[in-house]
Amino acid sequence: MNFGFKKVASYRRHRFAAPALIVVALISLGTTFSMASALTGGPHMVGAEQTTLVQEGKEIFARGCSSCHGINAEGGNIAPALVGVGAAAVDFQVGTGRMPMADMSQQAMRKRPVYNAEQTAALAAYVASLAPGPAAVNDAQLTFERDGNTAQGGELFRTNCAMCHNFAGQGGALSQGKYAPTLMGVEPKHIYEAMITGPQSMPVFSDKVITPAEKLSIIKWIKAAESEPNLGGASLGRVGPVTEGLLVWTLGLGILIGIAVWLAMKAR
Amino acid sequence: MSNEISKFSDPGLPEHVHRKTDTDPKAEKRAEQQVAILFVLSAFFTVLTIYSYIFIKTNTFIFLPIMGDTNAHQFFLGIGLAGSLLFIGFGAVHWAKQLMPDTEVVAMRHEMRSEDVDREDFVQTVKERAGTAGLGRRSLIKRSLGLAVGLIGLTPLVMLRDLGPLPRKQLNTTSWTKGTRLVTDPGNRPIHVNDLEVGAVAQVLPELPTGTERTLENIGTDAVLLIRLRPEDFQLDSERLSWTHEGIIAFSKICSHMGCAVALYEQQTKHLLCPCHQSTFDVTRAAKVIFGPAARPLPQLAITVDSQGYLVAQQGFTEPIGPSFWERSS
Amino acid sequence: MKKSEKIAGSVANYVDERTGAAKWLKKNLTKVFPDHWSFMLGEICLYSFIILLLSGTFLTFWFDPSQREVVYNGSYAPLSNLTMSASYASTLHISFDVRGGLLMRQIHHWAALIFMAGIIAHLLRVFFTGAFRKPREFNWLIGVGLVTLGIVEGFLGYSLPDDLLSGTGIRIAEAILQAIPVVGSYLAFFAFGGAFPGHVFIPRIYTVHVLLLPGIFLALITVHLMLVWYQKHTQYPGPGRTEKNVVGYPLMPVYMAKAGGFFFIVFGVTAFLGAVASINPIWLYGPYTPGQISAGSQPDFYMGWLDGLVRMAPPIETHAFGHTISWNILIPGLIIPGILFTGMALYPFIESWITGDKTEHHLLDRPRNVPNRTALGAMSLAFMLIILINGGNDIIATHFHLTINQIMWFTRIGVIVIPPIVFVITKRLCLSLQRADRELVLHGKETGRLVMLPHGEFVEIHQELTPAQKFILTQHEQPEPLAIPDTDAGGVRNPAGIKGKIRSRMSKANAEQVSAPSETEAKAIDGGHH
Repeated sequence: MNFGFKKVASYRRHRFAAPALIVVALISLGTTFSMASALTGGPHMVGAEQTTLVQEGKEIFARGCSSCHGINAEGGNIAPALVGVGAAAVDFQVGTGRMPMADMSQQAMRKRPVYNAEQTAALAAYVASLAPGPAAVNDAQLTFERDGNTAQGGELFRTNCAMCHNFAGQGGALSQGKYAPTLMGVEPKHIYEAMITGPQSMPVFSDKVITPAEKLSIIKWIKAAESEPNLGGASLGRVGPVTEGLLVWTLGLGILIGIAVWLAMKAR
Repeated sequence: MSNEISKFSDPGLPEHVHRKTDTDPKAEKRAEQQVAILFVLSAFFTVLTIYSYIFIKTNTFIFLPIMGDTNAHQFFLGIGLAGSLLFIGFGAVHWAKQLMPDTEVVAMRHEMRSEDVDREDFVQTVKERAGTAGLGRRSLIKRSLGLAVGLIGLTPLVMLRDLGPLPRKQLNTTSWTKGTRLVTDPGNRPIHVNDLEVGAVAQVLPELPTGTERTLENIGTDAVLLIRLRPEDFQLDSERLSWTHEGIIAFSKICSHMGCAVALYEQQTKHLLCPCHQSTFDVTRAAKVIFGPAARPLPQLAITVDSQGYLVAQQGFTEPIGPSFWERSS
Repeated sequence: MKKSEKIAGSVANYVDERTGAAKWLKKNLTKVFPDHWSFMLGEICLYSFIILLLSGTFLTFWFDPSQREVVYNGSYAPLSNLTMSASYASTLHISFDVRGGLLMRQIHHWAALIFMAGIIAHLLRVFFTGAFRKPREFNWLIGVGLVTLGIVEGFLGYSLPDDLLSGTGIRIAEAILQAIPVVGSYLAFFAFGGAFPGHVFIPRIYTVHVLLLPGIFLALITVHLMLVWYQKHTQYPGPGRTEKNVVGYPLMPVYMAKAGGFFFIVFGVTAFLGAVASINPIWLYGPYTPGQISAGSQPDFYMGWLDGLVRMAPPIETHAFGHTISWNILIPGLIIPGILFTGMALYPFIESWITGDKTEHHLLDRPRNVPNRTALGAMSLAFMLIILINGGNDIIATHFHLTINQIMWFTRIGVIVIPPIVFVITKRLCLSLQRADRELVLHGKETGRLVMLPHGEFVEIHQELTPAQKFILTQHEQPEPLAIPDTDAGGVRNPAGIKGKIRSRMSKANAEQVSAPSETEAKAIDGGHH
């Protein structure tokens, strides 16, 4: 008996298709994460291409971001400086639709991205060109399917992530209306980028504290939890006993009292 | 005035209205069939239960509306069990309601109090019997019995003594001492001062001497959270500032309120939040409590680096970690 | 028919020849039970208790109550090769490697929640209808004992799997023990066999959970039911129902079929919940270690109010003479619950002291006719609900886009302000309902039909109530305030002291009622009309 995970595994196999895995095999993890490298978009990019990308990014930045972050990304009253945040931060914030922010609420929400993948890459290249920072993660690095260890990832997740994101990655409350968002449906590369850049309330998880291999394990566990079918019936949101209590008072006692009313009613 | 007022009188039990099943033989027959159908349904569900148990593989999944991908074995087994039980119940109740006599019956109550004669008799008996024992007269026996019975209660208390050791100083001690390296949890890797960038956190434990196994009791007292800030963010007195190293500060992760793991660090506000009772601690002010029920800051661990640049404790904790207890002095 | 009668006869003969129980059995098999849906709430509790015994026994066949460390190698892949306690591993084994094990675990847990919810609903029914009055005070006390033990039993039960969530709960329980002045750290060390979490706690609470407490439950439930049997069930007021009789259906066969059928229904509903809704998915929580925690760590609902109370406590500790007293734990964790449960246990005696009522009651009150009690009940309920809300403030915050700080402050203030407001509103509501009853009896029901009188005036036709309806609305006794003199014969003020004064005030408040209409009044009005 292998509870559903065989099925889950095959599901993921077709999503992160074979070609990606071949590329993955060619690239070693350590070099890609070297902090000194300000290159974005993978190692196949060459100088001229890079310059145009930066130029394009600069234009998008001037139009879409500079009103808050300043014309040279030096920051403003309402938004932080982006010099040195690196391509990973841009890829995460723009790629998950958090930036540009729709309104000045407590915290930027995940939503449909405003910029497409190319525009995001251009923005990332521009910001990375300002000062070195963590590079964006490409799919080739995300070998969690092959290199990750689900159980170890769960252990790491419970020690480092569950206190905010809840035991099943459903998210949770922080102070003053901030919240840790749900991790369900988040792209693996965005999870990875969040860990290395520490967006918003989230702290940074350095590569020496949680190694790149361990990060892949965490992603593997999150993806396993995400696609884990309901082993015991409707999941009730996987938020613990609160919804269970709610259900027992409404559905449980509700049905029983309904039946009791029928039972005590005089037949006609 | 009260004499003239009469309450509305009790019209008595309403007349019995016959059910359809009492008057119409067809309806009676129908009800009988309905009950039988319910019982047969139950039998069908029992078959489903047994079938599910034996033939549905435990790793079969089906998609159900609302519920999503669900384990078919567990689902059908449960539905079978529920159906087999529910339909017996429905059948029995339907039977009772439709076919068993539904005329309401009146039974009289008796007062709980016994008859006066019986009560007097009882009191008399007790007095007599007690008198024969002479409890009232023999005060020596009475007192010594009181002593014996009073003391015997101590036996179970004493006998439970070996449930556990005395606390002694154990609540005040952790595995941290001068020079203990901070290692990652999990992983047990030492942490170099350059390993943490600003805004980073690390869940750490003390490095144990080789050959020592880490127990849960160790983790329950030793767990520490390491945070790196910009040194200028600190608002600490000089002593506490000397307990930090290049912006790296360490706190006990065991909440000073009720012992939950306080590891919820908000990087922007630099607050630590306990997910159990929402005590909020300000990291820049030595984990001062700014919200919630905790009354004390989290104990701070003084850290520095060893010759190789790895983070180590300057000393053990200077106060007991975790929730308060009577013998705690501050 | 003939054959079955013969069999029944010979069975009866067989039993009677050996026990001489014919007379007793005859009397009890024709015992009368009144029918009302709210009388089934207690049965829900009884049946879920039986379900708990059955499903619990099933679980014990595989559960290993030990904190011995093992390496998991069962079929749940995401926990493979992790070190965990044997109790956690065996719970995983029950869930994934014993067919029907997960179903039974879920049935057991759902039954526990239904047990507690049923007890609370039953308790509210008994309270609001005054069923606890003489001669049923003992049963009220047993009931309070059962709800208290139920909370403890439930907590111990969900602590057994030794998962991350339950371990956090035990950690908090340990902190409460440790906070008890003078003996706290000793109690904690004795309970846990040393420093937390130790290796003995799970086996110890296992014995308490499966042997000691169920035994006490069984004994208390037996006495509870015997008293119900012996004292005969209360009934709602109605035509033909008096303090001296009980109107209903005989045990054999009607009530046997209904009650027996209801057992299967309760079991069926519990099994249905176990089949369709996941509860306590311990495999997602992970094994317990003191260094980990999950966001939204809450206890089950029957402990949730306690957690909410602890969350809202002000951060006060006393440090003096080298000792610490944690008021932030003691007040919400022990003192307030102690006051609540003691008050609940003593309530029947307090009420009877205030009203001076020492007579037996078998007819239930309509809640509106006892405004003070109803208001007090509503007030207590409001208090519990507010602290329960705070117990889930983090889940509420994320789902309704609020902040935990707002909810915390709302409940901190609300817990003091709202209950008294609820008391006043409920009391006023009861009195207006009494007034409405009075109107109904004296002037009939509004039909909405307008009729033009010969001289052109429009009037609404009021339909007179039936005698039975009038009787139900007017049959209740109305309390008179106790006559406690302010001065005694010699002119000394306040002979009964402060106690007498309180009693007199409360009794006056209790007697505040809209006078129930009498036939005399109705006749007078009738006379006036025609």
